[in-house]
Amino acid sequence: MPKTYEEINDKIRQGSVVVVTAEEMVDIVAEQGAAKAAEHVDVVTTGTFGPMCSSGAILNIGHTKPRMKIARAWLNGVPAYGGLAAVDLYLGATEMVENDPLNRTHPGEFRYGGGHVIQELIAGEDVLLRAEGYGTDCYPRRELETLINIEDLNEAILCNPRNAYQNYNVAVNTRTDRDVYTYLGVVKADLGSANYCSAGQLSPLLNDPHYRTVGIGTRIWLGGAQGYVFWPGTQHDPSVPRAANGVPRGGAGTLACVGDMKEMDPRWVVGVSFQGYGVSLCVGIGIPIPILDEDMARFTAVSDADIVAPLMDYAHGYPEMTGEPLGYVSYADLRSGEIELRGKRVPTAALSSYPRAREVANLLKEQVEAGEFLLSRPAELLPSAESGKTFRPLRERPPVREVR
Amino acid sequence: MGERRVVLHYPRTLIDEPIVSRLVRDFEVTVNILRANITPDQEGVMVVGVEGKPKNIEAGLAWVEEHGVKVQPLELDVVRDEDKCTHCGHCVVVCPTGALRVDDRESQVVVFDSDQCIACELCVAACPPRAMRVRF
Repeated sequence: MPKTYEEINDKIRQGSVVVVTAEEMVDIVAEQGAAKAAEHVDVVTTGTFGPMCSSGAILNIGHTKPRMKIARAWLNGVPAYGGLAAVDLYLGATEMVENDPLNRTHPGEFRYGGGHVIQELIAGEDVLLRAEGYGTDCYPRRELETLINIEDLNEAILCNPRNAYQNYNVAVNTRTDRDVYTYLGVVKADLGSANYCSAGQLSPLLNDPHYRTVGIGTRIWLGGAQGYVFWPGTQHDPSVPRAANGVPRGGAGTLACVGDMKEMDPRWVVGVSFQGYGVSLCVGIGIPIPILDEDMARFTAVSDADIVAPLMDYAHGYPEMTGEPLGYVSYADLRSGEIELRGKRVPTAALSSYPRAREVANLLKEQVEAGEFLLSRPAELLPSAESGKTFRPLRERPPVREVR
Repeated sequence: MGERRVVLHYPRTLIDEPIVSRLVRDFEVTVNILRANITPDQEGVMVVGVEGKPKNIEAGLAWVEEHGVKVQPLELDVVRDEDKCTHCGHCVVVCPTGALRVDDRESQVVVFDSDQCIACELCVAACPPRAMRVRF
């Protein structure tokens, strides 16, 4: 008997809902079968905590006296985008503090940027805002320097265009002379490491491979608060080849996520630095998946052994955008600490925290059980494999200049 | 026989002195230099493993200290801020000695075993949340 969202929410309100984490679901379905599991499990909670570069904050600082139309702004020295109305700012997670030495001495340290400012705001720390305007009749003020605090802001909205990638590349390095410094961390020379970044069997979209329940309007656990999926994430690509279980064999679906920073916890929104690369933001995301039917029970029972990721060479091929995978490897193998590639034993390194992903899934489980977190039916589903949506590279068209 | 790993801080004035040679010759210990950063006109830092009879190590290091070199036990050198560490696991392939490693594959928790740390500091800049830092 298929269940409905309403029935599951009624059970949540009555306190009779059965919730398990995506890890626990693996064994439950292995022991009881999907049909039986679907009858008694109502919700499977997922979790992930990893660097999610395409993230940022929308801040409304309130109007100054006299009024000001902010054109350029810096938060703790990190440039924020002011091209939105008068006192709305967008601070991107990967923006670097001004005058950072970057990679002038390679590899640079990239100590401070947008991700760190976002974490400090959420932690309730004062942040220095410096801003410039050009002055208009209605907004005459031209300069501003003030401390701001999240408490005093009208809105502080975490608004992330691309989070929670459904699967991802595993980075290796075939250069023999040096390590390469990437957004997947330091990848050791001569196949010296395999760096991966997914919560695998706990990861939200790997438990709903065809996007049957996660879509626009899905209520999610975001940075310790309740947020929402507001759109398919940028680069959402349902067309990626899939294994027999429906799981994509590489980076595929993504989510655009939004939530109130004022309710978030700095433990779950963490500014991070990647040596030789830049700064980013680690975001904790958990999504409750309703077990509407037997198929959803089967999908949420996916285990690390059943999910494979492509091994990509981040020294040659990936940077030039010409590379094909050197092979595929399962998350069970990655999590064992060592994989084999070209007859070599390669130690593995995760960039996404599995202990924290597990914590998110458990926290969300507790909240659903306690009746604090209701499920929402998406207003629209995400584009599926049948939609024809793909992820295209840029086709460059150099402008033709007239010769006189 | 025993071994002690220590950090030696040389003040600028002592850079020209053959401290390590005399330590080896006069106290019958072997000194294994794990890491050294000594440049003229600046303070020098050397991480060494001193091997020999415990009595000799004790006496030798006391003599080094009498000559103005600050001696610190090595485990104090690189520390992990437990509030900042997210246990992502990146450091395990950066650490050359296995001081940072995952022992329990089930929990995937990263342990920091300071006994195995040689204070190379490679983890400091590689750690995404910058949980590792040098403490002198």
